Amino acid sequence: MNKLTEIEAEYLKKEGEIPDFDSGDTINVRTWVREGNKERLQNFEGVVLQRRGGGVNATFTVRKISNGVGVERIFPLHSPIIESIKLVRKGRVRRAKLFYLRNLTGKAARIKEQGV
Amino acid sequence: MLGLIGKKIGMTRIFDEQGLMIPVTVIQAGPCKIIQIKTADKDGYNALQVGFGQRKEKNVIRPLKGHLKKFENYFPQVLKEFRVETVEGYELGQELNTEIFNVGEGVDVGGVIKGRGFQGVVKRHGHSGGDETHGNTSHRVPGSVGSSADPSRCWKNLKLPGQYGNTNQKALNLKVAKVDSGRNCLFVRGAVPGPTSGLVTVYKKK
Repeated sequence: MNKLTEIEAEYLKKEGEIPDFDSGDTINVRTWVREGNKERLQNFEGVVLQRRGGGVNATFTVRKISNGVGVERIFPLHSPIIESIKLVRKGRVRRAKLFYLRNLTGKAARIKEQGV
Repeated sequence: MLGLIGKKIGMTRIFDEQGLMIPVTVIQAGPCKIIQIKTADKDGYNALQVGFGQRKEKNVIRPLKGHLKKFENYFPQVLKEFRVETVEGYELGQELNTEIFNVGEGVDVGGVIKGRGFQGVVKRHGHSGGDETHGNTSHRVPGSVGSSADPSRCWKNLKLPGQYGNTNQKALNLKVAKVDSGRNCLFVRGAVPGPTSGLVTVYKKK
């Protein structure tokens, strides 16, 4: 197992590249998108529904409402297509998985800011 | 087919240049020392006999010790032969390593699958079994084994309970995702037969 963790370590992002965020937080993820030969950056801003997995397998789910439709995207935390992750707002929530947000809309789907 | 003997380290995921996640099996392949070169003139076919791993000297039987006499203090865990078209360019004592493989190339990986002992038809052959309820009493039985007086016997290869696992199996045409010659590691896309830290053989395709 030791050898495997050693191999995986090559693919992990360095400390400081990933901000300290958890479910309930609003984050902005900038990813590289390839269009033909050109590469550009795309933003995805929303609420973190969950963080799961460890090591190279770690992923997180971000949910946003786009044109009235709920959109969720699962990012591998250590994926090289992620250019940066920015913490926009810390949210105060009482559980680790926020799947209940899928059933809520509008005012009910708001999350209180931490420490306010 | 030339190849390498190796040890399965386990499965993980890596990212390729496009940022895609690929499931890979990490195999510590080689270095394999060439112990004997078999030629068509002398042995009837061209092959390289290679050794992999290490074992204690006290655990090596004497005939094998004689075979390995030309190498000082080299007692491999396992010996294997690889048939090759020509033995030119190979010499005794030469070490084969992961450099014989290229990224993107297809390989076959052979290993001994996990032994499951004597198993019934549901686990061994994937039969679906009968209903658990509704008055049914035949839950995991093989069912009918054939007809009556004609042919008066069971057909060959009838699927019945028996030993499952602990046999050789080969996964064909897996793609090499990465070669790490520093660690002697081969990253092969997909799963590979056998348990973690089991012995596997990686064959180069012709």
